[in-house]
Amino acid sequence: MVEKRLQPNLSLQALKTGDTAEFARMVDAYSSQVYHLALKILGDAKDAEDVLQETFTKAYRHLNEFEGRSSIATWLYRIASNEAFMLLRRRKPDALSVDEDIPSPDGDGEREPIQLMNWCCLPEEEFLSAESRNHLDLAIDELSPALKAVFLLRDIEGQSVWETAETLRISEAAVKTRLLRARLQLREHLSQYYAERLKELK
Amino acid sequence: MSKTEHQHNSQTCRDLLKSLSDYVDGTLDESLCVEVEKHMADCDRCQVVVDTLRKTVELYHDLPPPPTVPDDMRTRLFVRLNLEDFLVAGKIEK
Repeated sequence: MVEKRLQPNLSLQALKTGDTAEFARMVDAYSSQVYHLALKILGDAKDAEDVLQETFTKAYRHLNEFEGRSSIATWLYRIASNEAFMLLRRRKPDALSVDEDIPSPDGDGEREPIQLMNWCCLPEEEFLSAESRNHLDLAIDELSPALKAVFLLRDIEGQSVWETAETLRISEAAVKTRLLRARLQLREHLSQYYAERLKELK
Repeated sequence: MSKTEHQHNSQTCRDLLKSLSDYVDGTLDESLCVEVEKHMADCDRCQVVVDTLRKTVELYHDLPPPPTVPDDMRTRLFVRLNLEDFLVAGKIEK
């Protein structure tokens, strides 16, 4: 997959030696992604700002431990998602289900697709409308936090399966299972909306 | 029951579902791709699921990057990190 974000040209050596100008550049380079990741997981602007501040505070404190085995983005996303999940556990103790990797009730893989209208032929401008964008957001909001985190890192931030697994400290197999479930759920949601649009345009 | 409906309830359809993410990402083994494509040629419903799943993923991949954080939020962040000196000069090339 294409790397979605341009990697800023940061000097790891300068960061590790406590160069504050370089650290400020890092904050500017990644604050937007970190904030929006937290906002999507938590759904609350104030909580997301807390995570943003906590992420970079911890990053500054632990920069000397960063080995460069993963990218800076992966490292920051790991801190941010840990913080976000910690806050989520405090706010909504039941929100984080631990059974996302258990096969579906029929014991035979994923839930059967329900929406079966092909809406891919809609005019391109349909997909670019504000209403359409809103539905893309709403569909993500309906995912469970565990599925959402994988989907955001992999399909929105453009991280690889390995990087997503590293960030969330889960196996690559779990990343793949959760990603498939997330994508199938999003497909169902979007199919409902676009199938309606298709009927209206006919 | 039509041929397509019958096939959609088959084990092949359920197996296909498990491979869909890898298939739309282009990371599925070539031999499995051949199987998926062979099945879709005979199963309209699976073809729709694959097409709409691929489009779903494409729509998210094509979203523009999120906007930069608002200035007041950036200021609070820089103050918290003791980076006030870089508030003006630090606005990097985006």
